[in-house]
Amino acid sequence: MSEAGSRVEGSRLDPWVDSYATRAKNLSASAIRALFAVASRPEVVSLAGGMPYVQALSMDDMADIAAQVVRDRGPQALQYGSGQGDVSLREQILDVTAEVGVQAHPDDIVVTTGSQMALDLVTRTFCDPGDVVLVESPSYVGALGVFRSYECDVVHVAMDDDGLIPEALQQAIDAARAAGKNVKLIYTIPSFHNPAGVTQPAHRRAQILEIAQRAGIAVLEDDPYGLLGFEGEPPRALRADDDQGVIYLGSFSKTIASGLRVGWAIAPHGVREKLVLAAEAATLCPSNYAQLTVSQYLATQPWREQIKSFQEVYRERRDAMLESLQAMMPAGTTWTIPAGGFYTWVTLPDGLDATAMLPRAITELVAYVPGTGFFVDGQGTANMRLSYCYPDPDRIREGVRRLSTVVEAELEIARTFGTAAGTPGSLSASGESSTPAPDLA
Amino acid sequence: MSHRNVLVLSGGLSPERDVSLRSGRRVADALRSARPDWEVLEADVDAGLLPRLREHRPDCVVPLLHGAAGEDGALRDVLETLDIDFVGSEAAACRLAFDKPVASSLVSGTGVAVPEFVVLPQSTFRELGAPMVMQAVAERIGFPLVVKPTRGGSALGVSIVHTSQDLPPAMVSAFAYGDTAMIQRFIAGTEVAVSVIDPVGPVGSGGAVDGPRVLPVVEIEPEGPIYDYHARYTAGTTSFYCPARLDADVTAAVSEAAVTVHAALGLTDLSRTDLIVDGDGTVWFLEVNVAPGMTETSLMPQAIVAAGLSVGDVLAAMVPGESSPAG
Repeated sequence: MSEAGSRVEGSRLDPWVDSYATRAKNLSASAIRALFAVASRPEVVSLAGGMPYVQALSMDDMADIAAQVVRDRGPQALQYGSGQGDVSLREQILDVTAEVGVQAHPDDIVVTTGSQMALDLVTRTFCDPGDVVLVESPSYVGALGVFRSYECDVVHVAMDDDGLIPEALQQAIDAARAAGKNVKLIYTIPSFHNPAGVTQPAHRRAQILEIAQRAGIAVLEDDPYGLLGFEGEPPRALRADDDQGVIYLGSFSKTIASGLRVGWAIAPHGVREKLVLAAEAATLCPSNYAQLTVSQYLATQPWREQIKSFQEVYRERRDAMLESLQAMMPAGTTWTIPAGGFYTWVTLPDGLDATAMLPRAITELVAYVPGTGFFVDGQGTANMRLSYCYPDPDRIREGVRRLSTVVEAELEIARTFGTAAGTPGSLSASGESSTPAPDLA
Repeated sequence: MSHRNVLVLSGGLSPERDVSLRSGRRVADALRSARPDWEVLEADVDAGLLPRLREHRPDCVVPLLHGAAGEDGALRDVLETLDIDFVGSEAAACRLAFDKPVASSLVSGTGVAVPEFVVLPQSTFRELGAPMVMQAVAERIGFPLVVKPTRGGSALGVSIVHTSQDLPPAMVSAFAYGDTAMIQRFIAGTEVAVSVIDPVGPVGSGGAVDGPRVLPVVEIEPEGPIYDYHARYTAGTTSFYCPARLDADVTAAVSEAAVTVHAALGLTDLSRTDLIVDGDGTVWFLEVNVAPGMTETSLMPQAIVAAGLSVGDVLAAMVPGESSPAG
């Protein structure tokens, strides 16, 4: 052992550790996230991811559109564009938002790189560290990640089968203000919620708006699934009834293709001005090529018919999921009944811990997202999000069959040890580190 | 230097798939850099592997699969059946090393200290009543104790338990990774990893070495109470010292222990033995790895670099038929 090597004295293998911002502490390796690497294998039925079923699109048509954009508008498509987004696309977006009752002017719209970027821009515009953001319980993990990255104080507000509970919202506002906190945003996904699968009925939307208006707090309405309902007309957006108090986020990720990364925010004049400047600081401008592709698609394709086609695909898969859960899951398991969107939210029988159970599920070749990923405060141990957007009905049935055997085995462990609560060891992450990457099916 | 066609295997279906993929990419790059005229390919372990092995028969396989199949000897059994050379220990030795109780029992017979342990399948708790069994085990082992799955790595399913109230969830966590758990006395002290290499050819520009060679000892100092998955794979959360801050006689003792483990289990080419040195200087065996991690934060690559070697040269020297270094 006499080699002349380099000594390592207290190395942490990253020379920049002491230079990182405090907020970067959350960005760390997670055993749960690592488990999802297995879920990408074809042997595994993944009920974990949120990838839209883009195979429902005609790839020939999409190829033609892409070619037309380059051929007919190439110099524009391949050039920088406006920080606010292409004006013709903004006009077309209003045709889409009209489906959920949102009327606006093209100037009210900021096109973004997916609505995720809009979430980021709104948060950086509104929130200082320590400001309170009220979110549903559970809430979209991508939003929680943004709020945490800006060091917001994220407070969960209770939901029921009709979504956010107005009384709980009022109590949360009162409690935060009584504690001297500055409540900046109410973040809600009113239609076909991710991950809860529930939808706010009209009367509840009115109550939520009234509470927000009275409190003078902006509502951040995230509506990526609004057009993907399975019955009746699309729910009327909150923004449709309040153009000054609501910032509306929309996306083409689920209605056209997530790979295009085109979303938007509709905001009151003052907010919109700041969002545009913030967007330019972040990315200069959204991709012109992607915007023009979406614009061409909307101009030349029967997009309303395509959305109906998506609805049919997802409705069939939702039905397969719910029928399988009903037929196979052990007594004591409950789940929400989504009327649209991608997800159902499952509550396991008493004493079971979905996070602790995940390695066993992966071993049995089925994957889900443990509920703790959708909270910042450790809630959700008994919950899991199941998605039905990507696997076909037969795969969904097989996935639920496998899952039911895993839950049965876990029940036996719980009976043996008297409890399954608590997850010592390495499975204790929450938020984005315990949910899969966006490219997991 | 002769041309070689090497296939690096990584991925698989174990909970350590992600770590394995990172190890595989890193080793493949290192081999390409060390031996630019070699053909170094990468593959996952799936239904397409055997047809591929038959059609494009590699000169040698480098298995970097962590967890079951990769480390329990199963894949190596298949390679041996196909008469394909591979880097690392033979299947029979892997079977012994991968099973922590089996390895611990064998190591115990060599004189290397092994913390007292009990091995219990889940069915025993169910049949005899978990509270009674846990009480008996706790009385025998004493707190604090360590609960871990008998098979698997990266500290997945491992808990340090200080009280009887924390024992049931720790058992549940371990049983999430397998049907049998090992409950072992916790040893406080300095955690070290000792890598042993035993290449068939010379490494880099150095000469051939006869017999196993111990690389500089890596000392592990996690910022939290346990060197868990987070601490292992998040750069910045664990401090490493290589060579370890040990007295010369203790360094010699841990090195000797690693060579003893390597030999006792019949390991070849490479291994990494994890040990702990308690306050009295006693060296305790924890576990041995036949496919050590090769990621950016893994221990064996640190030891290789500290020895003045490169990962690519070390692995290349283990490829059968490799008789001279690069350059």
